Parts: sequence; C-alpha cells; structure tokens
Amino acid sequence: MSRSLKKGPFVDPKLEKKVLRMERESRKEPITTWARACTITPDFVGHTFMVHDGRRHQKVYVVEDMVGHKLGEFAPTRTFRGHTNKKESAKGGR
Amino acid sequence: MARIVGVDIPNNKRVVIALTYIHGVGPTSAVKICKELGFPAELRAKDLTEDDVQRIIAELDRGYVVEGALRRQVAQNIQRLREIGCYRGLRHRRGLPVRGQSTQSNARTRKGPKKTVAGKKSVKGGK
Repeated sequence: MSRSLKKGPFVDPKLEKKVLRMERESRKEPITTWARACTITPDFVGHTFMVHDGRRHQKVYVVEDMVGHKLGEFAPTRTFRGHTNKKESAKGGR
Repeated sequence: MARIVGVDIPNNKRVVIALTYIHGVGPTSAVKICKELGFPAELRAKDLTEDDVQRIIAELDRGYVVEGALRRQVAQNIQRLREIGCYRGLRHRRGLPVRGQSTQSNARTRKGPKKTVAGKKSVKGGK
C-alpha cells in the first residue's frame, strides 16, 4: 500500500460540507471555490463549481468521468493565445 | 513458427524474449509466464509444441491485456481525458507533453519535427 493510498484523497472539508448541504436540499447552484486541490468525489457529480484560476472563477460542470480528478485540472491557469503571427502583428494582432 | 494472439510470430529466440514481441508483454510478464508454465530458460520458440502454444494463449487469456485490446484500452483512456476537458486532456489535444515536462526546448517527441520560425532570436547560442 503506497503512502498516498494510506492517506486517502484530499477533499476540502468546507467544500464537501457545502456540496452535501446542497445535496440534502437538492439545490444546484454554482459553488464558488478556491480549492483547486480538492479531489472530486462522486457526491460532486451534477454540481457546478466556480473554480479559481488565479484571476477569476471558471465554471466547471462536473460529470461522472471527472471523479478522482482535482477541481484545478478543469480550470487552466495559463492564457496562451499563440505566438504573434508576422502578418497579423503588423496590424496589431495579439 | 508459432502464432500467438493475432499476428505475432516470434522467431528462433528464447521463449522469454520471443514473448516480449507481443504488445503488452514486456520482460517482467514474459518471465512470469515462463515461470508459470515451467519453460526452461534456454528453450527456443521454435521448439515449442502445439500444446505449449495453446497453454501460452490460455495463460495470456486469463489476466493479460494484450495487442488490440490493450491498444484500444489506452486510446480510450486518452479519449476520456480529452472529453472531460482536464489539463491532461488539453495537452493531448494540443500534442504537447502531458506530464509537466519543459517545452521551451526539446519535447520533440510530442511536438514533432522542428518548425523553424523566421526572424526568431534565440536567447544564447542557437544558430
């Protein structure tokens, strides 16, 4: 048994509490969160999260296949729009 | 020459080595299979009897994902990553390294042959 298995998945306690409360009240509202490191548990399926990407919160709708991944994996933190094209940069493209 | 799972026709090498010609059977599992079936290390693939071949196939059947099935499994795993839109999936879509390797230089295996950009200044050295 590897050490990471012994320790179990990290689920942000506060976020989990929030999800479970929503589940009880069968409400489905976007939950704004900074907990990118939080593992997605089966309870999260069908909920929408606003995951912080360092600047704003990105909408992440959780489907079944996402279980076991972390929330942060679905909110990229980098904005790379491609290298400047010579033709376009002449007329101020980005 | 023996034909094991599909098109694999290992030659007159030792059985342990011949088995590694099967996609999904590496050195470790080849040794395991030979031990399980009691083949001597020096036995050549051409000396396998029909019965031995059947036993290898049976052994592969229980507990080894091999050839087409394995390729399909891998492709499906990648497809899943692409579809859920996670970071690893995005990297697969773009054809860039998936496991956090540096891409400023190298990463040629994923990025393919160099595409030279005219007028690009390299930081030091370069051409």
